[in-house]
Amino acid sequence: MESITNSLIQSWGITSSTGAQLVSLLVMLAFSAVVLIPFFLPFAGITSWLERRIAGRMQSRVGPNINGPQGFLQWIADGVKAMEKEDLMPDDADKPLFKVAPYFVFMGVGATLVAIPFSEYLVLSDLNVGIFYIISVTSFVTVGILLAGWSSNNKWSLIGGVRSASQMISYEIPTALSILTVVLLTGSLSMQDIVKAQGFWPWQWHISNNPFMIVMFFIFFISALAEGSRTPFDLPEAESELVSGYNTEYSGIRFAMFFLAEWGNLFVIGAMTTVLFLGGWQAPVALQGSIWNTPVQFIIFMTKMSAVVFIVIQLRWTLPRVRVDQLMIICWHYFVPLSLLSILAVTIWMALSYGHSALELGMSIFSAAIWLYFVFLVLFRAVRNFKKTNAKLNLNFLE
Amino acid sequence: MSNITEKEVFFDEMTLNMGPHHPSTHGVLRFVLKTDGEILKTAIPDVGFLHRSIEKIAESLPYPQFFPYTDRVDYLAAMNANHAYAVAVEKLLGIEVPERAEYIRVLVAEMNRIASHMVGVGSLASDLGAFTPFLFNLRDREYLYDYLEEMCGARLTYNYLSIGGVHRDLKQETADKILKFVEQGIKNLDEFNRLIAYNKIFLRRLAGVAVVNKKTCIEYGIVGPNLRAAGLKYDVRKDQPYSIYDKLDFDIPVGEAYAASDGGVIGDAYDRFMVRIKEMEQSYKIIKQVLKEIPEGEIQAKVPRKLKPPVGDIYVPTESARGEMGYYIFSDGTDKPWRLKIRTGSFSAMSAFEEISNGYFIADLVSAIGSFDIVAPEVDR
Repeated sequence: MESITNSLIQSWGITSSTGAQLVSLLVMLAFSAVVLIPFFLPFAGITSWLERRIAGRMQSRVGPNINGPQGFLQWIADGVKAMEKEDLMPDDADKPLFKVAPYFVFMGVGATLVAIPFSEYLVLSDLNVGIFYIISVTSFVTVGILLAGWSSNNKWSLIGGVRSASQMISYEIPTALSILTVVLLTGSLSMQDIVKAQGFWPWQWHISNNPFMIVMFFIFFISALAEGSRTPFDLPEAESELVSGYNTEYSGIRFAMFFLAEWGNLFVIGAMTTVLFLGGWQAPVALQGSIWNTPVQFIIFMTKMSAVVFIVIQLRWTLPRVRVDQLMIICWHYFVPLSLLSILAVTIWMALSYGHSALELGMSIFSAAIWLYFVFLVLFRAVRNFKKTNAKLNLNFLE
Repeated sequence: MSNITEKEVFFDEMTLNMGPHHPSTHGVLRFVLKTDGEILKTAIPDVGFLHRSIEKIAESLPYPQFFPYTDRVDYLAAMNANHAYAVAVEKLLGIEVPERAEYIRVLVAEMNRIASHMVGVGSLASDLGAFTPFLFNLRDREYLYDYLEEMCGARLTYNYLSIGGVHRDLKQETADKILKFVEQGIKNLDEFNRLIAYNKIFLRRLAGVAVVNKKTCIEYGIVGPNLRAAGLKYDVRKDQPYSIYDKLDFDIPVGEAYAASDGGVIGDAYDRFMVRIKEMEQSYKIIKQVLKEIPEGEIQAKVPRKLKPPVGDIYVPTESARGEMGYYIFSDGTDKPWRLKIRTGSFSAMSAFEEISNGYFIADLVSAIGSFDIVAPEVDR
């Protein structure tokens, strides 16, 4: 990025600092228009299609399957439909705020893409405060949702907006604390440095540094669900309680904006979990210097991220939602003390194991064994249940 | 300054209008909520949006022609509503129903009770945000509706029962299919339970919410599964048996604080949920017995073309999916009732909301409505 900007500035013969800033701004805008939006929108769209297909499978129905192969192009049809719809605005709404709210939400999610490393070189901007930047820009989502709730002049929307604000502010603390342990292990806030501190094999990931990192992984994952308002923490838009929460009064493309942001948020949750705990883009060392390095890294990153996204989708269609007081109790009674304790434990472990690489490796393998055992247990149970229900549950028993 | 009290400043109430078009009011109900933030002060139910004057219509129709209207009283358990009306009119006229017809009536009533409870427990789960269990139940309900369609040609509002019997006979292949489904249905119920009933979030959401004790139940006339969840073992099928229920072997599940491990008490929302689940098991059991013992014979008693009951009144309670349902019929000797009054479970449950909702969260009101299994047309008729 910087090299492109610098070469442009030199070739155009710009000397003043204002001119240089202008050029760099233009390059940034062009880049985000060319790279980010075409990446972000299809990703959010495809995730929406995927979610509906998975939900269909889980609920013994079909899901979208008409537009395109297996209904793959459904998201385009939905987007066009949303654009064609009338843009309704309540009479008593606070009109400027009402209009601007979806863009805040969309921007908050879209801006995180800047710092997410897809491979060793595929990163828009390797900020030295990358993870801090991501925590900050996601706060725009809260602002947008609060604005939407307030400006709609609807009490249900307002409750949704206020719920969202309290929920996201509360859950930012366990999220930040769990990120802090990763930062402690890495010694850097940069996303690339965090990935580079890990390795290809599972025992080299941050999650298996020591058993407390597994705890932190779960705290991070659940808090990220809460921050992204996903089930079981989808209280801001709880459709059976608050009609539709903060987006009750929205229609047409503004509504679509909210939803694109929601599915984009899925991507952010997956990417953050992958980068912080699951080794990011780390490919086998043998590939270094090969032409396949970057594609393999990209594929590894996307695979891990998709796995996390799949789990999030599966959770959404399985679990009921918690109540607002339970939500706060989970955060303040359990997550915050637990994450503080874990930070302490991680620090002590780091101090004890400093310089003993054999000890570190042993603990990593032990810790990896623990979480891999849990993964195995879940898969084993899933396969066993699948076999069992297949034997028991023959839905075509009429024929 | 002086006329602003501390109360007005610090305890500001918000009036919220929940309904008539709200996703979790299951039809057209309205609650006027007074809330302090998310905490409810009161929830005042406002009924009448679905009033269709069914009771008044009855006064201008001959007795047999009123059957299609009874379907519409409770569209989720139309057979039970049919049954209640048929039983009342037959007792008024003194008609003996053939035994085979009685067995078929109980069969369809229990099938419809299961179908209704499937929607009841499923929509409670979907009100709490878990949509998948609801669709699992709808999938199973489709099978029941298929069999009911084979028997009477309709899927929702059947008009199957007639005064003195049923309209069509039960075919042997339909009976076999139903028996096959019962085996499967019990397994599917187990699947449903594993998916949602023992889920920790679900338990915590319902345990200790909207507790109704025996006294409140009796005061407000709450009946059916909601009453039994409060610990009172009262079921019209057992205590004032009609039709052939006295010949059948089944249990009456009552609330036992099933969610006690998570702070549940007798009569909370989880008990009402669990009583319905257990009632479905019992209904499956009844269906099995009925299909095993069903005799051959007539399905329709000899009934005069023009029905003119003697002067007098009658009330026969029956157990519908939502509790005691009965038709009070006052006959003046003509072929039309002089007055007909329908007693339904949902209406009396609605009246209790004002008392039980105090102090809970808005989200709890949603689970309370779901756990009472309110059906709006049954409230208003």
